[in-house]
Amino acid sequence: MNFDLSGDQQAIQDLCREFARDVVAPQAEALDREAEFPYAIVRQMAGLGLFGLPFPEKYGGAGADTVSYALAVMELARIDASVAITLAAHVSLGASPFYLFGTEAQKAEYLVPLARGEQLWGFGLTEPGAGSDAGATQTRAELRAGQWVINGTKAFITNSGTDLTGGTTITAVTGTDAAGRSEISNIIVPQATPGFTRSKKYNKMGWRASDTRELSFADAAVPEGNLLGVRGRGLKQFLQILDGGRISVAALSVGLAWGAYDEALKYAKARIAFGQPIAKFQAIQFKLADMRMEIEHARVMVMKAAWEKDEGRDFALTASLAKLYSGEVSRRVVNEAVQIHGGYGFMDEYPVSRMYRDQKINEIGEGTNEIQRLVIARLMGL
Amino acid sequence: MVIPEDRQLNIVVAVKLVPDTNADKRIDPQTRRLVRSAAETVLNPFDEYAIEAGLQLKEQLADGSSVTIVTMAPESGKEVVRKALAMGADRAVMLSDPAFAGSDVWATAYVLAAGIRRIGFDLVLTGTQSTDAITGELPGALAEYLGVPGLTYAREIHVAAGRVRVKRETDTGYQTLSAPLPALASITKSAAEPRFASLKGIMAAKKKEIAVLRLADLEIAQAVGGDGAKLEVTELTASPARAAGKTVTAADGNAGARTIVAFLKERNLL
Ligand SMILES: Cc1cc2nc3c(=O)[nH]c(=O)nc-3n(C[C@H](O)[C@H](O)[C@H](O)COP(=O)(O)OP(=O)(O)OC[C@H]3O[C@@H](n4cnc5c(N)ncnc54)[C@H](O)[C@@H]3O)c2cc1C
Repeated sequence: MNFDLSGDQQAIQDLCREFARDVVAPQAEALDREAEFPYAIVRQMAGLGLFGLPFPEKYGGAGADTVSYALAVMELARIDASVAITLAAHVSLGASPFYLFGTEAQKAEYLVPLARGEQLWGFGLTEPGAGSDAGATQTRAELRAGQWVINGTKAFITNSGTDLTGGTTITAVTGTDAAGRSEISNIIVPQATPGFTRSKKYNKMGWRASDTRELSFADAAVPEGNLLGVRGRGLKQFLQILDGGRISVAALSVGLAWGAYDEALKYAKARIAFGQPIAKFQAIQFKLADMRMEIEHARVMVMKAAWEKDEGRDFALTASLAKLYSGEVSRRVVNEAVQIHGGYGFMDEYPVSRMYRDQKINEIGEGTNEIQRLVIARLMGL
Repeated sequence: MVIPEDRQLNIVVAVKLVPDTNADKRIDPQTRRLVRSAAETVLNPFDEYAIEAGLQLKEQLADGSSVTIVTMAPESGKEVVRKALAMGADRAVMLSDPAFAGSDVWATAYVLAAGIRRIGFDLVLTGTQSTDAITGELPGALAEYLGVPGLTYAREIHVAAGRVRVKRETDTGYQTLSAPLPALASITKSAAEPRFASLKGIMAAKKKEIAVLRLADLEIAQAVGGDGAKLEVTELTASPARAAGKTVTAADGNAGARTIVAFLKERNLL
């Protein structure tokens, strides 16, 4: 056993910690208030190579490991969850499908610019009527004269409508199998496809600076070659993507909790009540000790899942456990962080108020708490 | 020695490893030295400006000139030094020997000069001070031991035609100085902001060389380490706790405003 980070893991953590502190932190409150996508920050992150962090150099990436990637997301989320999800959704959901299922030609065309951070890409699984029940996809893609003609709607798609977005890969029903069940495939839909439109950004409670939109397809036609992976395996492929995505969402939850804890600790030492810093009250000390304990626990789980992935092991169970647990830890920790701030925690000037709003999605996105429990039970053989 | 115009420059940046200013610090009451732990050691933030200046010079020259990092520090600081390589420096040399421990600023400058001569140099860059000792004396001492002109407190630096030219900021304005290479310049925080080490830089740094030179590898003709130190720390005391401040709130109304105005006037701030 060895809990030490390697030299480059440590360096990547330091880089993201400094970048988040020096570049992101001063803008976080305003970006959240204005619900403004952080273009300048994203361009800088692209320049640093963060968007290609875990992909091999030959595809424009940095060739770092999953542990480093989880550390990067964690450090960003400690300061700003919107920036962290922009990175996490891009890497785990937008770019990974090309890496895992793309042909060499598709990797060259799509993965390389994504890994270089020249473009962002969306992952279109959820629909207005198909979220947890992702197999209930209504969007259809019909093969007509060498083209997939797509009709349908996708809901809540991250990074799908920024000025940098190159397109979205979706799940669509491409036929029925012998047993009469929907055959679902993944189709690559570039932004400029006629008939493919994006709604305005949703007005959200949290992750306000991140880009989330509804997508509409009205006879949107793309070449037959835009099929990603194997026809009929689209749902399986996307669920496999979500297994990896859980590591980064778990890292995001731990980072958010950690950031709220940082703020609470600082505040507790500075805030005077009854003639002494509130950190001297045992009630506050116990809250901080519990927060610290839960963050440490969740962090170890995330690191273990990332390590298992790097070792080429089956990480699905650990990743799901980590995602579920970290999401719940982030709820308890942000809640106590606001509590420690008293009324000030309810005010927008204090980062914990934003963190409180940013937290809830951790228990919903990329598989709700309930769905995680289903996944875990299934992996336990139940 | 005249450096020909077309010669690639050997830029050497001297850096110090210091305790992270964000970490809790502890002083050993026996040795009166800081207790150093590898985990909480960072590159002296002031030195990052010198690294940045060196990298920019190298990029501007774009003629194969190189940037070498040199530091006198225990080998446990290797990963900290690697950050300078991740920023883009070509190689690093650590001067590491138990005999160097306890060096004061003069002994440090002496050892660094021996190391830098061994590496070979045209231009030595340093920060202006370290966040731990804050003497600000090292650049001058190092220039002296190297026997080269020391152009201190540079906010801009240019190299052309075998000469270095710097712009210095003084209390009353700017000075432009020029000197033939080889030379030393210390870079202030008004120079370019240090870059972040990119992912590419971090991954590339893994493969870059960090050489270690010991006492025996250097031409050292005088006592170094604690024995060579001229300065002795005779006493260390914690600074007195600050008196509680005066608090004025909106509830104090006009009287409160008057208190604030009087307070600022007393200090010539208004
Ligand atoms: C900000 C944001 C960004 C997002 N980004 C993306 C994206 O980039 N790409 C993408 O495809 N999707 C994205 N999503 C969608 C997200 O993954 C879904 O919202 C989530 O999976 C839940 O689906 P749903 O909203 O349809 O809820 P539903 O599935 O309708 O769930 C409603 C409730 O019922 C529970 N429930 C459902 N089924 C069961 C069951 N079998 N047993 C017990 N309880 C159950 C759920 O846990 C939940 O509590 C995003 C969502 C948000 C809010």
